[in-house]
Amino acid sequence: MSATGQSADAVKIPPPAAEAPAAGAKRRFVADARTFVRETDRRAFLRRALAGYEATRDTQKARYRDWEQARDAANLAKWNAVNRLDEMLVRFAEAFEAGGGKVHWARDAEEARGIILGIVRDCGARAIIKSKCMTSEEIHLNAALEAEGYGVVESDLGEFIQQLRGEPPFHFVFPCMHVLRGEISKLFEEHLGSAPTNEPEELTMIARRHMRRLYVEADVGITGGNFLVAETGQISITENEGNARLTAALPRVHVALVGIEKCVERLDDLAVLLPMLATAGTGQPLTCYNTLYGGPRRPGETDGPREMHVVLLDNGRSAILADPEQRDSLQCIRCGACLNVCPIFKNVGGFTYGTTYQGPIGSVITPHLRGLADWNHLSQASSLCGACTDACPVRIDIHHHLLHNRRNAVRGTPSRLGRAAHRAFAFVAARPRLFALGGALFRRTLWLAKRLRPPPLSAWLATRDLPRPPARSFREQWRSRPLPALASAPAARERP
Amino acid sequence: MNARDTILARVREALSVEGPGPHQRAGDKAGHGHPPAAPVRGALPVVALEAARPWLPDGGATPEERAAILEGNLARLKAVLHRVPTLHRARDLLFALARERDWKRVAWHAEALVEALLPGIPCALHRVDAPAGPAADSAAGKDALESCDAGITACEALVAQTGSILVSSATCGGRSLSVLPPVHVVVASPGQIVATLADALDLARDRHAGAMPSMLSFITGPSRTGDIERILVLGAHGPKELIVILVDDVGS
Repeated sequence: MSATGQSADAVKIPPPAAEAPAAGAKRRFVADARTFVRETDRRAFLRRALAGYEATRDTQKARYRDWEQARDAANLAKWNAVNRLDEMLVRFAEAFEAGGGKVHWARDAEEARGIILGIVRDCGARAIIKSKCMTSEEIHLNAALEAEGYGVVESDLGEFIQQLRGEPPFHFVFPCMHVLRGEISKLFEEHLGSAPTNEPEELTMIARRHMRRLYVEADVGITGGNFLVAETGQISITENEGNARLTAALPRVHVALVGIEKCVERLDDLAVLLPMLATAGTGQPLTCYNTLYGGPRRPGETDGPREMHVVLLDNGRSAILADPEQRDSLQCIRCGACLNVCPIFKNVGGFTYGTTYQGPIGSVITPHLRGLADWNHLSQASSLCGACTDACPVRIDIHHHLLHNRRNAVRGTPSRLGRAAHRAFAFVAARPRLFALGGALFRRTLWLAKRLRPPPLSAWLATRDLPRPPARSFREQWRSRPLPALASAPAARERP
Repeated sequence: MNARDTILARVREALSVEGPGPHQRAGDKAGHGHPPAAPVRGALPVVALEAARPWLPDGGATPEERAAILEGNLARLKAVLHRVPTLHRARDLLFALARERDWKRVAWHAEALVEALLPGIPCALHRVDAPAGPAADSAAGKDALESCDAGITACEALVAQTGSILVSSATCGGRSLSVLPPVHVVVASPGQIVATLADALDLARDRHAGAMPSMLSFITGPSRTGDIERILVLGAHGPKELIVILVDDVGS
């Protein structure tokens, strides 16, 4: 990998892609994909990293006595909670508040930002430390806090690097997987005044040393949440670095911003979901820290926050729930496995999507969250190979949902050209002679199309070749097939 | 309507239209090799965990098996396991560690097994739950803990299946002691080893019936990150080292 490190300067940094406004999202997708595809070094680096992920994941999967059956169980646990979400949310909120915490409900991003700003203001905070939290990316929380004059620091190493670069996460589990060590060294040199180094270990220690004071001095810690346990009123947070542990231990107020779909019914469900999240997400047996928080410190405990708030965020999730066909996409536990195996993600990179949630699952849910009209092009960002569906630990039918979104997009406004073409095809296909004539004509003129490249065929031909047409049609070949010898026919039938 | 009622109303309205059951692919009549289950509202058709127990990684059936699986997992996680016969030997071990690493100050909490290891340790001590002195959550208390070279804690359980250590804010010195100092030393007895995550959760629920600690944390190896070029680095923000001392005879 050291060769990769040395070539850091030669590779162009992709343009920062803040969450794109809806208008022109498709045009930007195409333009950004073109740019990223040309960065062959970075794509090769990405492919190598993801090949490494697949190898560790497979080693870990092999330790399961039956991975496929475990997937069924994980699916069942999440299906149960999502299909009884009203009951789960009420039970969670009651149990959590009985433990001394406060639950807030946010219909949309603006309401969630308002609630968190209110909490921060009320406790007279100055400094805020955050651990990795995709819901906060979704509602653009940092910008809102900074606009009010609060200092916000991302403590997860990958998120911290992205914050310094002024970029959103590239991948919702591996935020800076596209950045090479040389680039990080330069970044730290510039922002933290550290000495240049080519060692990931030393770079990590620079960030560690920088962050220590910030944990101690922060007044408010903001985290996300991976699961809401209805039975016990606890939130479960999964992480590797220990930064979420520190964020929920040292500041005097802890705020967790969690999507409403994160519910599970029972504490025991985590015994299935935590290992599967780790194995599918990073190839680990269990992520380094899996922590349950049931409220602020209890009497007799020596430290921990005096206040704990959970903000339950809808922001379009109930709209996904209302589509029974795609309801299972709310079972997502955000492991990122579908991104890691996606041939499109590997080639266009995370920024190209222009969404908070990248890759196949992001392409399924973003049209629901932000409008099918502007985001339907994401449904086309798939070869429908189904690698995502195979990788999903909770068995979400991801690639079929992309197909469903394609169908839904044309259902309201079928294209006139498409309709005319289908009508013409139906007419020809119902008339065998006409069909034969059309086929013969097509086989003989395909070379012409290749040469003239008329639109819309030109778009297809820009990146693909046309197949060479066969000399004779299937029906012609069938008619002239040699007849089987009569004597050998019964013998052939007797063979097992 | 307030936000809570609006969200619950939206959810209820959405769920009034029945969707497919678990494992049933939408729009696929035959299913994908899974028996279609009738959607049941208000009851879980099969208890997910009971169903999954035999499919997850093995945790061992006997104490010996569990100890062996735990040992293998801790080694893979780059945690260090010392198994010693007596408390006396555990004290010697801790003494040697403190000497070898030149620890200046070690943080601890009042728990019998932890206290039993401290006599004679060649460095200063910082008790996080001291009744006098700076409270653990004051700025002075946080700084004092931050400057310690190691934190020593007890644990609620050790999980063979995953190589995890379960700590709680009620019984293991609060929230910071096990994560802020650069070395975390856990002292436990082999009787605390359970087979699976589910067993550890059951144990915590039984022990703290009605009053769960505000934090329960499964620690699985030393703190780590792969954020830079997916290369593993230990000690991202939490401890760089996790040392488990298993004392066979804790009565000694």
